[in-house]
Amino acid sequence: MDSFVSLGQGFLVALEPSKLLFAAVGVLLGTAVGVLPGIGPALTVALLLPVTFKLDPTGSLIMFAGIYYGGMYGGSTTAILINAPGESASVATAIEGNKMAKAGRGGPALATSAIGSFVAGTIATIGLAFLAPWLVELAVNFGPWDYFALMVLAFVTVSATFGDSPLRGLTSLTIGLMLGLVGIDKLTGQARMAFGVPEFFDGIEVTTLAVGLFAVGEALYVASRFKSNPEEIVPIKGSLWMTREDWRRSWKPWLRGAAFGFPIGALPAGGAEVPTFLSYVTEKKLSKHPEEFGHGAIEGVAGPEAANNASAAGTLVPLLTLGLPTSATAAIMLAGFQQYGLNPGPLLFTENPALVWGLVASLFIANAMLLVLNLPLVGLWVRLLAIPQPWLYAGILVFAAMGTVAAKPSVVEVGMLFVFGFLGLLMRRWDYPVAPMVVGLILGPMAEAQLRRAMQMTLGDPMVFLENPGSATLLSLSAMALLAPFVMKGLSRFRAAED
Amino acid sequence: MSLLAKRRADKRALVVGLTLFVFAALVWRDAAAQTLSATYGIGPAAMPYVVAGALAALGLGHIVVAFRDGLPVPEHADGIAIGWIAFGLVALLLCIAFGAGFILATTILFAVTSRAFGRRALLVDATIGFGLGVAIHLLFSKLLTLSLPAGPLEHLF
Repeated sequence: MDSFVSLGQGFLVALEPSKLLFAAVGVLLGTAVGVLPGIGPALTVALLLPVTFKLDPTGSLIMFAGIYYGGMYGGSTTAILINAPGESASVATAIEGNKMAKAGRGGPALATSAIGSFVAGTIATIGLAFLAPWLVELAVNFGPWDYFALMVLAFVTVSATFGDSPLRGLTSLTIGLMLGLVGIDKLTGQARMAFGVPEFFDGIEVTTLAVGLFAVGEALYVASRFKSNPEEIVPIKGSLWMTREDWRRSWKPWLRGAAFGFPIGALPAGGAEVPTFLSYVTEKKLSKHPEEFGHGAIEGVAGPEAANNASAAGTLVPLLTLGLPTSATAAIMLAGFQQYGLNPGPLLFTENPALVWGLVASLFIANAMLLVLNLPLVGLWVRLLAIPQPWLYAGILVFAAMGTVAAKPSVVEVGMLFVFGFLGLLMRRWDYPVAPMVVGLILGPMAEAQLRRAMQMTLGDPMVFLENPGSATLLSLSAMALLAPFVMKGLSRFRAAED
Repeated sequence: MSLLAKRRADKRALVVGLTLFVFAALVWRDAAAQTLSATYGIGPAAMPYVVAGALAALGLGHIVVAFRDGLPVPEHADGIAIGWIAFGLVALLLCIAFGAGFILATTILFAVTSRAFGRRALLVDATIGFGLGVAIHLLFSKLLTLSLPAGPLEHLF
């Protein structure tokens, strides 16, 4: 009941007219910047951080909540309309959402992502308010071996599931892991794979890889086949709104997405990548229309989008209660807190409850505002597709360049964008999936850190991974997921030979 | 597929396989050069060795695939269009390297990409790219007070 009283007080803070205005401005600004290709929520929050400098802490954090959710909604809009996900968490959305948009169902795709985000975001924020203490206790009991096993499972599911060939999926993942090695080793301070280039010491920016592979790679690929098979932009046919059938197919994925997103997002190593991909895989397995997956299945948009938003709220659990950022966006949010001399952690809840609970309450408000402001604007976002294709892709490249040089204005960074762009082109042409590479780059260093922590705690005894029930289960699941495609392939070949 | 075609190796799979071997060797050499190690548990070289091993194994897998089914055959690519965009990206690189500024880079990149997509109105496209560059520059410098690479054009604003 304590949470209930505190949350009520939070709403008293967040419902002041001036605070409501901050939330509305935040949502609109976040969407406007987040909708630009190659700019995900992390970059949106980073770009708009200076805008909130002049406000008081509570007001600016409330605006932050709006920017955060607005940026995520804008990011999924870009992912759906032009297949340029600004962050790895909307990669899963882009897979089906872009196919839907290409098939003239961009309106329903945007609507299911907006309503799903609202539903899942609301559920997850309720979870954040009421279950935070309990969930944190659970997460604290997780050992590094459990995290490592969880990441291994994510590696395997992502690379063996996407694309037609596990060999090509694993190749993409492993090159991502290799890129993740680049940089200073945090434990010993030695440079790995840097080859003496100072720009490599900080590691490879996830955004540069994602923008290069997705935005530049896609532009090159579309240009390379533009003359031989020009991609006609299918005009948005029929209603922009979801049909009864769309609703029927969407509501369960929303709830399942929320169920994946919030708990995994709340773990101190969660992030949004794992739940969105798990949700995608689950919806693909459970769907009554599995043949539509890869060609624009609405479940493949509804689930990952809900998971994305739920995990974003889940990420705030370790951020607010432990001061531990588990995503790039959370890290920038942490910087925003520190700008006001606030240190998130257990103490913040007792020292400044009005601020913490005002922020939680404004998450509800930002979520509702997003729905109210953005659903009527769906038509405006869909109109983006009416831009002539040469200008659209020229614009995407300009924004990709902007995103990269704004983050790090160096020749090395632009050079990497160039290289990753051509890598993306080659992978598209030779049918290698690109998403596992991005996942490998993000999770690789995290997995290594957990592995080394586990080995430190056990003085180098690898048996800990099998002795611990949690990690043992997760690792055996990974092994099964890894071997299943090969076994199945062998079986089908055997059957084919019999015929 | 005829037996003869099956016996001939798929060149693209061979190239990928050999590239993966080169990557594996690079990672291995870099890991071997690590001088410091951890007191407890495993050191900074362990993960690279695992990655190098995985790269080598996947390289081997590609060699096997090369002599079996090969990689899917891609459709014909328009090299000239790719060349135009590559030219635009190199122009961006040079603009950053030699301080020509973001607006000029944007102008070239926009015009050249439009050309890659079959448009012939270079002047119109360059004007749009210029306008876009100015708008982004103003948004960043005035509204967001963030700096993009500046050149002579940027100093006019």
